[in-house]
Amino acid sequence: MKVTVTVNDGEVAAEVADRTLLVHFLRDVAGLTATNVGCDTSSCGACTVLLDGRSVKSCTVLAAQADGRAVTTVEGLNDGSGELHPVQRAFRAEHGLQCGFCTPGMVMASVSLLAENAAPTEDEVRTALEGNLCRCTGYHNIVRAVLAAASEGQRQ
Amino acid sequence: MIPAPFTYQRASSVDEAIDLAAEAGEDAKFLAGGHSLMPLMKLRLAVPDTLVDIGRIGELSYVSERDGHVAIGALATHDEIARSGVLAATVPLLADAAGRIGDPQVRHCGTIGGSLAHADPAADLPAVMLALDATLVARGPSGTREIAAGDFFLGLFETVLAPGELLTEIRIPRPASAGWSFQKFSKRGIDWAIVGVAVQGGNVGLVNMGSTPLRATATERELAAGSGPGDAAVHAAEGTSPSDDLNAPRAYREHLARVLVRRALQEAASRA
Repeated sequence: MKVTVTVNDGEVAAEVADRTLLVHFLRDVAGLTATNVGCDTSSCGACTVLLDGRSVKSCTVLAAQADGRAVTTVEGLNDGSGELHPVQRAFRAEHGLQCGFCTPGMVMASVSLLAENAAPTEDEVRTALEGNLCRCTGYHNIVRAVLAAASEGQRQ
Repeated sequence: MIPAPFTYQRASSVDEAIDLAAEAGEDAKFLAGGHSLMPLMKLRLAVPDTLVDIGRIGELSYVSERDGHVAIGALATHDEIARSGVLAATVPLLADAAGRIGDPQVRHCGTIGGSLAHADPAADLPAVMLALDATLVARGPSGTREIAAGDFFLGLFETVLAPGELLTEIRIPRPASAGWSFQKFSKRGIDWAIVGVAVQGGNVGLVNMGSTPLRATATERELAAGSGPGDAAVHAAEGTSPSDDLNAPRAYREHLARVLVRRALQEAASRA
């Protein structure tokens, strides 16, 4: 079927098989490979993107379900200025990553959280990231990064 | 992993969804949020010929107060239910349970109707529906019918819905007794409950204690006869048939049911 998705402010249209998953549409059709396929079973969250502004696991959404809607990937957080998004800056400053595989999903889940709750507690951050697995950091620095991004956002 | 090939069709109204499903025949499935169906399709445990996407039917997404009950459109997401002011004020058990399903990404997609029609006994909302004495409304080619939650679940992933019949609304009577609690035990936050318990007044629903969600009838009988939480909870596993699997042996689930029912009844009593 013909699928047209607004991806990071640009329109991506393609004829794809009905069973095409959104994550494959983003990686193979749109050529945006920051979004990773991790577990492929909606457990790990590495494929998290925003669909109409809210976090979803793109391995469990059909491209057809995103037809006519807006998707933001981690590439789209950078508004073209070359500046990192505040959440990305906080992940770097707080050393919220090691191997980096989970990071695009962690960042997008964090952006979605902060859009819903601009000043989360540490507990709320941990709960909100339940659907994102990291095998390197032990999560402490990721949680610190989200809290730092939140307090940076509060100051602005 | 990707699903086996299928034909995707999108419905923009309930009538169109029912027509599309009727045309596609027995191997059609309705697709709502897809967070139960898509994982099964990837594993080839479900291989529908046709998916009828109902996800954009605006008329099925609402939470509204009616005479003596709350009506919830089948497409209301777990996240919308968890954040609903109406539900927080009238049926906090449902709002609380919905807010603890899976993780935020799952709650942004998953719907109450999808969860109930999928009928996984390890899912939280089916047992919550039993505790709330909900009525489920389904529409099919031959019309609309109302089904008591207690009559809806037939077995593992099996309900009374006929092929092509669509769950459209969930009606929850205003609880007569205010005390409520939802308890679940799982190894990680995002996991299915090994056992879960939903209590509303003297109603006790059990998650994952058999091939369907169950009422803890022996416990309910004890409560009705005047027993306190501790004495009634001893009977929580009577009449259940939980599975033995890699998460827990049967005896452990029975133990968990007794412990969680006691905690749930105590918490409900503290809120009554």
